[in-house]
This record gives sequence, C-alpha cells and structure tokens, in this order.
Amino acid sequence: MNWLQQLLNGISVGSIYALIALGYTMVYGIVKLINFAHGDVFMLGAFIGFYAITVLHLGFIPAILLTMAVTSLIGVLIERVAYRRLRNSPRIAALTTAIGVSLFIEYTTIYVRGAQPDVYPDLFGDRVIRVFGATTRVDTLVILLISVLLMLLLQWIVHYTKIGKAMRAVSYDADAARLMGISVDRTISWTFALGSALAGAAGVIFGLYYTKIDPLMGLIPGLKAFVAAVMGGIGSIPGAMVGGLLLGLVETGVSALGFSLFRDAVAFIILILILLFMPQGLFGKNVREKV
Amino acid sequence: MLSLEAIDVYYGKIHALKGVSLSVDEGEIVTLIGANGAGKTTLLRTISGLVRPKNGTIRFRGEDLTRRRPEDIVALGISHVPEGRRVFANLTVKENLEMGAYLRRDRAGIQADLERVFALFPRLKERLRQPAGTLSGGEQQMLAIGRALMARPKLLLMDEPSMGLAPVLVQTIFGIIREINAQGTTILLIEQNAHMALGVARRAYVIETGRIVLEGPSEALRQSEKVRAAYLGG
Repeated sequence: MNWLQQLLNGISVGSIYALIALGYTMVYGIVKLINFAHGDVFMLGAFIGFYAITVLHLGFIPAILLTMAVTSLIGVLIERVAYRRLRNSPRIAALTTAIGVSLFIEYTTIYVRGAQPDVYPDLFGDRVIRVFGATTRVDTLVILLISVLLMLLLQWIVHYTKIGKAMRAVSYDADAARLMGISVDRTISWTFALGSALAGAAGVIFGLYYTKIDPLMGLIPGLKAFVAAVMGGIGSIPGAMVGGLLLGLVETGVSALGFSLFRDAVAFIILILILLFMPQGLFGKNVREKV
Repeated sequence: MLSLEAIDVYYGKIHALKGVSLSVDEGEIVTLIGANGAGKTTLLRTISGLVRPKNGTIRFRGEDLTRRRPEDIVALGISHVPEGRRVFANLTVKENLEMGAYLRRDRAGIQADLERVFALFPRLKERLRQPAGTLSGGEQQMLAIGRALMARPKLLLMDEPSMGLAPVLVQTIFGIIREINAQGTTILLIEQNAHMALGVARRAYVIETGRIVLEGPSEALRQSEKVRAAYLGG
C-alpha cells in the first residue's frame, strides 16, 4: 500500500462523485429542486454505455459520447414531462415528484431487463502503470483524465458560451433574464441536458471501474454525490467538484486505514457536520457563482 | 407606437390594474407617476409580458402584445430597465451587457451599440471585467440601462431609475435619459421623483390604486393643484 496510490484511487472515486454532483448542483442552482432522479440517470448511463460496448461494439470513447447524448435527452425529457409544470408549485410537490421519477426509472429498468446485475467488459485489462513509484490500474487514470476533461469543458461552457452565460443569468434572476429575451424554459432544458450528460459519463466510468452494474446502483452514488454537492455548497459548480473529490479522498482514506465498513457512514457524518457548522457548504452563498 | 386599452391585472384576488389605458407616441418621453403600490411597476411588467392581463389589449407598432412571451416582446423592440436594477451580480459587466444583446446575431451592430453604451457611461468601460455585484448603486443603474440599450430597443421602459441614488447621480441619470431619447429611443418612465420626471417628460399619467386618474402634458400636470399637493410636496 502506498499513499500515492491511495490518493489516485481517492481522486478517481471522487471524480465520479463530482461528475454526478455537478448535475445536482446545476439543476438546484437554476430551479431550486433537488432532482432525486439524478442518480438514476447515472444508472441509465451505465447501462447505455454497457449496451453500446457489448451490443453495438463501440469503442470506449464513442460509447461514452453516445451515452452522454442519450442521457442528456433523457434529462431534458424528465424536466419537460415531470418538473416543468411544477415550477411554481410548492417545493414539496416537486420533491415528491422527483422521488416518483426516480422510482419510475428504477423499476421500469427492472421491468425491461430484469434486476440481475451485468458485468462491464474489461476494456483495459489488468494493465498497470507506474507513476512515481506507485502502481495503478490504467482505468484509474482513464477515469481521471476523462473527468478532468469533462469538468474543464463544463467550466468553459458555463463561462464562455452564450448558453452558459444565460444559465448563470437565469439562476441569478430568472425574471431579469426574461427581460433580456432569454428563454428560461430553453435554458433550463440545457441545464438538465448538461447535468445528465455528465451523469451519463459518470455511469460509464463507474461501470468500467467497479465492473458490476444493476438497476438500483444509482441510489448510493446518487446520495453520496448529493452529499458532495451540499458539502461544496449546493448551487456552486466549483463546490460540487471540490466536494466530490473531497468525499472520494475521505472514503478511500477511511478504507485504506482499515475501516472500510465505516466508509459510507463517514460520508454522512461529514454531511451532518457540515450542515451543523457550515450550512452554506464550502463554496456556498459567499461565492455568487450559482448555476 | 404603444397603446394599452382597458388593461385589468389581478394578483390572486387583488385587482392591481383597473381598466388602464395609456399610449406612447414615437419619439416621446412619457412618465407615469404615482405612490408606492399604485400599480406602476405592475403596468411595466404587464407590457413586458412578465405579468398577464386578465382583460384588455396592448398594441405595439401594429402588433398585439397581449399574452405574448417576454422574449418575443424584447424581440419586437421593447426593453425594460427593471425596478431595483436587477443586474446579474454574478456576471461581469461585459457579460451583463452581452445578455442585453442576447437575441441579436449582428456582431458589428452589437459592437457599435457597446461603443454607444461606453460613450454614455464611460465608467462601465473601466469596470468591464468586474462582477456586476461589486459596482456601486449608481454604476449598477448605469449598467441596467446600458444592458437594456444593448437590445437596441425602439421603446425603453424604465422603472424608477433614480431610486436610492445620490442627488448628483439623479441629475446624471436624467441627463442620460434625455440623451437616449434624443438619439431616437422612445421612453416610458416610471418615477416617484415627480419633479424630475415631469421635467423630462412631454406627457404624463398619474396612477392611483391601479387606476389612471389624470393625464396630460407635463406642464399642465405640474400646475394642477392635485398633483402639486400629492406628488410635488405642495
């Protein structure tokens, strides 16, 4: 065991959380809704990637791209069908609906393909790479690389494209944005598309890393990504990234020290502590970067 | 250019605008004065499409605006400087101005209008990369006006542009309003500062509890006993 190796593992796991957390935080930033179906979009991503590789025989990168395209459509559809009408309803209505959508996706998936798990094809084999004396699996590095690329891409979209600026404007003040001629509906659709694409990519990466996927696999990573988003300050994009990485590092650290049974508990203890002492999260409120 | 006919607006059970009719001709500055809660802001929000009237029609250059979406109304040439400025504090000054031109595709025209805004408000040019939230109140008002101008509107709706500003700045802002109008933009101005508003506008309307109670040339309203007593401090 080697600390660098653990660090790499922690960052890889953390970047999966971060990718999912970004969707939570972006959607919350713009419609103030905790989209509890988000973890299930991640699950669908894992399956779409799985079928793209095994049935369509796509390579890893085309499979991820296809998955992201499909999950972004699914995200847009979910918002359109389930959430849009509830935008001005009490929050509890939207929240309940989100839980309903989550269950609907999980059990439709089970109905369609059964509840049995699938095993991801081993794309990178058992090849290991030595980095500064630490040995690490190739897929750990692939996860890292892809996550970093996607997060950079997201930052670029949010800060330098028209739609990204519109997303930030709408999340800050939707009515003022409408007075600029910005279509709030379309901007919200884009937000769901981006968040769901990232969750889809996270699903494929997760499948590659943990190999086993099943229709209820979105629950725990979804919850943990939610914890990560709250840790970072819900609504804050950098917060979701940092929160995800932090959570991954803590979990790997706890496991590495031999307390792997407490791994999940530690994640939620951290959530409780943060909510008690830093209810805004690490990047919340003071950083007015809400998307 | 703009005409409202018998507009009724309700917020739930509250009858906020009661049969309001009003018109603005091309090239004019028209002001709407009235106390807090009289319905001034509601009227502008109704024109912009943020609030839907229950009855009545709004026409703008031959188009029926009633029940159109805000983004369509912006596209037809009406920009709205909202009450309390409402700049995007998390965006830079430059990005705020870009949002003003959101529906436009003509890069050259946008650039030209950006220069025009800088000519009106040189301060904004100095603060281009700063988040709008770090600007002073007066600068934010300038940004809100500049942002609205970036849509190159034919009609500019302004909601209390002098609110909360130091007297010197109020003078500046009203100078700017005149200049924007002189450059060819028609303006419908809401103000609590009736003195200044009647000074700059050609015609005026007085609104009380959702109803237009007086209208006429600014000069005539300025002489009216009622207006003097209620809005000009005797």
